[in-house]
Amino acid sequence: MKARVHVMLKDGVLDPQGEAVRHALGTLGFSGVTGVRQGKVIELDLAATDKTKAEAEVRAMCERLLANTVIEKFSVELI
Amino acid sequence: MKAAIITFPGSNCDRDLAQAFSAAGADVTHVWHKDSTLPAGTDIVGVPGGFSFGDYLRCGAIAAQSPIGAAVRAHAERGGYVLGICNGFQVLTEMGLLPGALMRNSGLKFLCKSVGLRVETGQTGFTAGYTAGQVISLPIAHHDGNYTVDPETLARIEGECLVALRYTANPNGSVADIAGLLSENRRVLGMMPHPERAVDPALGNADGAAMFAGLIGRMALA
Repeated sequence: MKARVHVMLKDGVLDPQGEAVRHALGTLGFSGVTGVRQGKVIELDLAATDKTKAEAEVRAMCERLLANTVIEKFSVELI
Repeated sequence: MKAAIITFPGSNCDRDLAQAFSAAGADVTHVWHKDSTLPAGTDIVGVPGGFSFGDYLRCGAIAAQSPIGAAVRAHAERGGYVLGICNGFQVLTEMGLLPGALMRNSGLKFLCKSVGLRVETGQTGFTAGYTAGQVISLPIAHHDGNYTVDPETLARIEGECLVALRYTANPNGSVADIAGLLSENRRVLGMMPHPERAVDPALGNADGAAMFAGLIGRMALA
């Protein structure tokens, strides 16, 4: 089983990198972009076969390492 | 006074930090991140600057989970001193020894220059060599020094006077101009500026020397 984790800055946390990307898009003429948030995607190959257990385990991984929950939120998708 | 300096793969200020502690009279031991114990009788742990584990995932995130991490946490919980500088500050927040997080500088640039810092509190061994309100100059060299914390925790930090150092001109967007932050028991300090790079007048600035001398003086009294 594979899990895909999306890690994004929480709403309200300033994302200077996203802002820089938005500015660059404006420079390229894409004037309609009102906001950019940049995050990361982490894919995990899992030995687990039980979906519920796997999701709980990946969420624990996010809490302990993959995301810094002070500033980041995460979502887990099993594929 | 025994200092233990941790080295992670990618640490690059560990020898400077050891030199600064030695020059102030400490007995220094280097500790590798894969060790699981600190030398017996360690009084202070130094977590140095650099780019531990290549800043993979988040600055300090992998280092915080190193085998030595549990020993550093236990040392802090016993009331031992811990000094984390630059990447070391990032490691201490990732370990949960200090609240908040260090994000990308608001101006997105890597900053490498000297900055003015105001010593905000004298109520800790770390600033025993300065007077509260004193303005000193120390070098910074970081890309992710933008200190962030939720408003409730910030109110607690300010209420308990846990800010040790504040920038006189904020270079990186840190909330409340925070450059150096203390734990509740005032024995863990995380700071982005590099006092260990400013301990010898021959290198142009010795404002950092008083941090090590003051700390060791205070610990000798205890």
